[in-house]
Amino acid sequence: MEPFALGFYFFSSITLLSGLMVVLSTNPVHSVLWLILTFFGASGLFIILGAEFLALILMIVYVGAVAVLFMFVVMMLNINFKEIKSRLTKYLPVGVLIGLVLFVELSLIFGDFIPELKFNSNDDLVINPNIENTKQLGLVLYTDFFIYFQLAGIVLLIAMIGAIVLTHQRRKDVKRQDVLAQIYKDPNNSIELKDIKPGQGL
Amino acid sequence: MIELQHFLILSSLLFLIGVFGIFLNRKNIIIILMSIELILLAVNINFVSFSFFLGDLTGQIFSLFILTVAAAEAAIGLAILVCFYRNKGSIAVDDANLMKG
Repeated sequence: MEPFALGFYFFSSITLLSGLMVVLSTNPVHSVLWLILTFFGASGLFIILGAEFLALILMIVYVGAVAVLFMFVVMMLNINFKEIKSRLTKYLPVGVLIGLVLFVELSLIFGDFIPELKFNSNDDLVINPNIENTKQLGLVLYTDFFIYFQLAGIVLLIAMIGAIVLTHQRRKDVKRQDVLAQIYKDPNNSIELKDIKPGQGL
Repeated sequence: MIELQHFLILSSLLFLIGVFGIFLNRKNIIIILMSIELILLAVNINFVSFSFFLGDLTGQIFSLFILTVAAAEAAIGLAILVCFYRNKGSIAVDDANLMKG
């Protein structure tokens, strides 16, 4: 078997099996770990498809950021997972039915799908085997796709602001610094001198 | 010989696992968010495999943008989840019934 096919079957079986385990496992912590394995399989697929930059970005962004975020939230919330599991079988037939129907539809479409192997696009975008993937992506990402790149940055900024605004909570029982009150404090009103005679208390 | 069809079948299977997960785990929003991540990953595999078989870089660039949006979506979704848990004390979909929908 040629290496490409071997790699495809290896990584795709990892991706599919661990994807199935994400959905089926009882414990959400295990689900997150299976999700990480799914992303590893997918990034292996990306590497055999010649998209090394995307594969490593997938690893950094998903495993390093998103999966850790999921892990934090799963561990932060105190949930009784046994009760959740008990009603799982109720939705099983509907889920299997819809999955089967969708799969039959998609395989009818994709089974004998032959794309036109010529795609009319800019010459910059044709993959050149002499330039490495990262460099070629950078050459078009900052020129042809500049606006989209900036808009993606704005999407991330808004997501960050939104997440902070949603989860930030102001605690009432904590003493806070009030800068204006400190500035407008008048020493004449706040300091009182008392003459205490010896041998007496206040 | 691995053709484009193999990759399309793989990504449609992954997509279906994601959809199946949304139906299966109706009580747990965290797993639903993970299923959405699986769906987006399936779309990414589709894009990258088309990019490889057409010899064109556009698919990879769009895949990069999908990655960005997926990360933003996960952050916002988990923030909403934490808010929801603070208010309701649970993360079941059935408890989100304030609007009687």
